[in-house]
Amino acid sequence: MPNYQLSQLDQLEAEAIFILRETAAQFDNPALLFSGGKDSIVMAWLARKAFWPARMPFPLVHIDTGHNFHETMTYRDEFVELIRATLVVGSVQESIDLGKVVEEKGPNASRNKLQTVTLLETIERNKYDACLGGGRRDEEKARAKERFFSHRDDFGQWDPKNQRPELWNLFNGRKNPGEHFRVFPLSNFTEMDIWMYIQREQIPLPSIYFSHERDVFERNGSLLAVTEFLQAQDHEPVTRQIVRFRTIGDATCTGAVVSNASNLDEVISEVAAARQTERGTRSDDKRSETAMEDRKKEGYF
Amino acid sequence: MDLLRFTTAGSVDDGKSTLIGRLLYDSKSIFEDQLEAMEESSRRRGDENVNLALLTDGLKAEREQGITIDVAYRYFATPKRKFIIADTPGHIQYTRNMVTGASTANVAIILIDARKGVIEQTKRHSFIANLLRIQHLVVAVNKMDLVDYSEEVYNQIVKDFREFASRLDNIVEITDIPISALNGDNVVDKSKNMPWYQGSTFLYHLENVYVGGEENHVDARFPVQWVIRPMSDEWHDFRGYAGRVAGGVFKPGDEVTVLPSGFTTKVKAIHSPDGELEEAFAPQSVCITLEEEIDISRGDTLVKTNNPPNVSQDIEAMICWFSNKPMPTNAKLIVRHTTQETKAIIQEVKYHVDINTLHKIEGVTGFSMNDIGRISLRTALPLIHDSYRRNRNTGSFILIDPGTNETVAAGMII
Repeated sequence: MPNYQLSQLDQLEAEAIFILRETAAQFDNPALLFSGGKDSIVMAWLARKAFWPARMPFPLVHIDTGHNFHETMTYRDEFVELIRATLVVGSVQESIDLGKVVEEKGPNASRNKLQTVTLLETIERNKYDACLGGGRRDEEKARAKERFFSHRDDFGQWDPKNQRPELWNLFNGRKNPGEHFRVFPLSNFTEMDIWMYIQREQIPLPSIYFSHERDVFERNGSLLAVTEFLQAQDHEPVTRQIVRFRTIGDATCTGAVVSNASNLDEVISEVAAARQTERGTRSDDKRSETAMEDRKKEGYF
Repeated sequence: MDLLRFTTAGSVDDGKSTLIGRLLYDSKSIFEDQLEAMEESSRRRGDENVNLALLTDGLKAEREQGITIDVAYRYFATPKRKFIIADTPGHIQYTRNMVTGASTANVAIILIDARKGVIEQTKRHSFIANLLRIQHLVVAVNKMDLVDYSEEVYNQIVKDFREFASRLDNIVEITDIPISALNGDNVVDKSKNMPWYQGSTFLYHLENVYVGGEENHVDARFPVQWVIRPMSDEWHDFRGYAGRVAGGVFKPGDEVTVLPSGFTTKVKAIHSPDGELEEAFAPQSVCITLEEEIDISRGDTLVKTNNPPNVSQDIEAMICWFSNKPMPTNAKLIVRHTTQETKAIIQEVKYHVDINTLHKIEGVTGFSMNDIGRISLRTALPLIHDSYRRNRNTGSFILIDPGTNETVAAGMII
């Protein structure tokens, strides 16, 4: 009898592809939320595999805060082309211009919270009934209890105390009109699994995941990049350092780490030795102990 | 590297959270910022020591009330294996969470407080592990430090447990380990306090326990999830069936029957973006093409012609009721089984099981939350199934209330 054993990456891949196909089958109008970060890149890569040789039967949706690192934007357009997907963009700037949201003020102003409004509007306008997200359970404590198929009410809210149980490979995507689902095919990946999968599949990544020289300053324990969207205050000295990013979000709230890791092998050894979670570099999670849970209830990714 | 999924059940006071915290800490899976956040919360709450339970109790309501109300998933890896822990609360009102956690596990950890020995909660967890057919149990006799690391106390507990477990027919292997999660005895490192114990440590056992034979690699089953039709110039006539192998092995040239229609044809090829595969086995996600054009859609199942499953509208099953709404008599429900969904009615409730004593309770009607019992189910379309004992993938189902769309029960076909 041959040894029918799958490696951990093969098991995670088979599971994610199963979830992606279930999403296409159980919903009328799904979409894949694409941030340009490594998790959504891996998810889109898996979607290409799941429906190959056909194109994936849903668009990539990018919620553009207007505060992106320009490297992310260049990458996005090339990657969408590579995997033969279609792209839909929801713009936070547009929501601001239309007066639907008011921009935060002060040095810590971030559009991170505003993008929830733009996201929910984009979902409503396009009538998406399931949004695939790259969230992983190992990321944050509120996410540890997230389901693969996560139900959202008519207001897009998550009710963590009233989640549907998920058993075996059986996923219940039934819903009433107006409700929708968030679906997380990468739930069981860890940060390390993501990196190992990227390496195995040779998936191209935005350059800012690798070390480069950049002007940075420190704020609330995070190393933030000086960009056209974010300036240092007088008491915050700007230095030029060799850094890279462990996550890619809005340029105003994603912290860099000092690093010389310039290729995948070096990044993987760095991740293996890391003593801080990747979200430790995200100032949006540091606002309070339950920052993530509170944002998720409102409809955040 | 391979993957091991295990489930733990228990309350904060039997040391479950401490044990998980110890595993994560000693395998260096807790990060500095998580530890800092935990220390900060513990200080705010006025706890004396760093409260490791704060790591697993993720939701605000749980931290406020100091209880675990849901299944939380934890991850850690050693150079040998990656681990997924389904961490569930152990009180009787959380039976449904224990069942959920157990449904995907290879190994169940049964925690016993050395001072208390085998209690109802121990029996409950073991019963659920057995019902869900987890073949490997680890009995961790915890808080050995509080009984002076006594070999006699440990032996008595092991004897009591084995006596009870002899009635659990699905368990293949039971491993007993005396530990102190608080002090780390026999968790990751061998204890100096219990020289009389010759077995492996808790982590060593989890790293080495063999769980290879859990997927069914005998009875070929392929429930179709999605039909792939590129309709492009390059793949003009391509018609592939996407799905996850639920059992057995498929190879090009195999004679297969499509159920429920009964048409027979051959496997032409097994596709992946990286090239064609020589074979596909559970739990791989693949795309299969067939020699002949047959009308096949989601919910149909491909099987090897010489090894058919059961096809029936009358199903005998054990179910666990999840909803806080009791089941009315003859409730009309929706059953989801593999990639199939159809209407169903519970025709008869044969008995409930008292999960503390394992006694059958007969003469019952309906189900309330956390009840486990045997039913006869009648479905509108036939289910293409095997017994749960033979195949978890084709022997399991969930029941959905068509009014609320909630998942109200989980079932295992007998």
